[in-house]
Amino acid sequence: MPDLLKKYHKLKQRHDALVQLGTDAVQLVNEQLLSPTRAIINGRETVLAGTNNYLGLTFEPECIEAGRKALEEYGTGTTGSRIANGTYALHVALEQALAEFMGRQHCMVFSTGFQANLGMIAGLAGPKDTIFIDMDSHASIFDGCRLSGATVVLFRHNDVEHLRRRLKRHDAGEGGRLVIVEGLYSMLGDTAPLREIAALKQEFDFQLLVDEAHSFGVLGKHGRGLAEQEDVEQAVDFVVGTFSKSLGGIGGYAVSDHPDFDVLRYASRPYMFTAAPSPASMATTLCILRQIARRPQLRKKLWDNAALLHNGLKERGFELGHEAVSPVVAVICPTQEYAVAMWNALLQHGVYVNLALPPGTPKKLALLRCSVSAAHTAEEIETVLQAFVKARDAVATMQV
Amino acid sequence: MSTDNDNRQVETTIMELLAPYNKQGVALAPDTDIAADLNIDSADVLNFVMEVEDAFDIDIPVNDLSDVRTVADLVALVQSRIGSA
Ligand SMILES: Cc1ncc(COP(=O)(O)O)c(C=O)c1O
Repeated sequence: MPDLLKKYHKLKQRHDALVQLGTDAVQLVNEQLLSPTRAIINGRETVLAGTNNYLGLTFEPECIEAGRKALEEYGTGTTGSRIANGTYALHVALEQALAEFMGRQHCMVFSTGFQANLGMIAGLAGPKDTIFIDMDSHASIFDGCRLSGATVVLFRHNDVEHLRRRLKRHDAGEGGRLVIVEGLYSMLGDTAPLREIAALKQEFDFQLLVDEAHSFGVLGKHGRGLAEQEDVEQAVDFVVGTFSKSLGGIGGYAVSDHPDFDVLRYASRPYMFTAAPSPASMATTLCILRQIARRPQLRKKLWDNAALLHNGLKERGFELGHEAVSPVVAVICPTQEYAVAMWNALLQHGVYVNLALPPGTPKKLALLRCSVSAAHTAEEIETVLQAFVKARDAVATMQV
Repeated sequence: MSTDNDNRQVETTIMELLAPYNKQGVALAPDTDIAADLNIDSADVLNFVMEVEDAFDIDIPVNDLSDVRTVADLVALVQSRIGSA
């Protein structure tokens, strides 16, 4: 019998080769957190420019206090699932607040955003149904599709005409059809052509799910995401999101106006058979949600910072993954080795960004993915820009 | 019913589409294992399959790909999708 881990030999060799070039990017440790934008890494104070902490609310004193209070009043964990003993007043309060914020009738809270996608996609679609997804979708969307047992058809990234051809060709038979896209794509920072996709509903019958993981709090006048910005919320049947980015916590959610939505509470296994998220997590998320509603100026600060970083990198000759300004700023590297060398040099200059390598990246690009925060100061953005230039100079002498 | 002639045409088209991904210049045959023999990663497999879909104007659901290893498997799958279209 072959050893079960043997199949990963090639993957491991590749990983080991990359680690040779410096720090192990997948096992990097934040030894201490100093603020939403600073940590101690490898003993050095580092500016964090790859955290998805878009609104920078992870250290709000009011929300830390809310979490502390929930710990004291409700204990450390729920020790049970939502359908048994795990639903606390806090879960219900957060679901109501999120539904209200999103302007929807119903909301379900999941233990992570990953699980929200598993639970929603496998809850909605079954073996007789067909799901159409963008080929650059997040892993949790792919895995949700697989879990559903539905027929899965991919279309080219953001290619509405390709999706249209596929819908036209498709004979639904007795099954339903679900189209899934993301609001803001996390690797390059581009957005889905949601208005055109929504318009396809006039030609074809399907239900539409949008994952606003990265766009919640970031896009739209009120921060409800891309569907709000594009004024097509009516056409979006289901929205999925996460607490792990703008909401600065852990957990996920789905909202909808579908009258039968709540059936998923006792039909969707990733919702039913896992412990309800911890009380402190619900309390901090609720507190941050209220701050997001109260402080629209955070969004303006985020976009100002995004413009600073985007334009600054462009002026310094770096090739970026997206033409327009976006809170995700991806620097395209010519090779994987170059990306790894740059990433290590950036770390040595006190800046952390995400290292994103193929095959998991769009168009198999090697990327240094930055995400901007409203909490970044102008000086911190300047530090990031200077570090990029210094790292490029250092790597130029290394011949990678 | 697909004839041998249809089969050969489908196979020829698939081989042509596969050629750019065959970076090591492996001799392509019906029993060539597309991912393993040609050392193509999962992302390129999806890109290649999309080109096949466009060439024949068919959909190849991701689910059906798990049974496809060789060029001949893919020819058979394409034939069945053309048949059901
Ligand atoms: C598009 C998208 N969906 C879902 C998730 C999963 O969210 P979570 O981190 O809450 O599991 C992420 C991020 O990780 C994401 O980028």
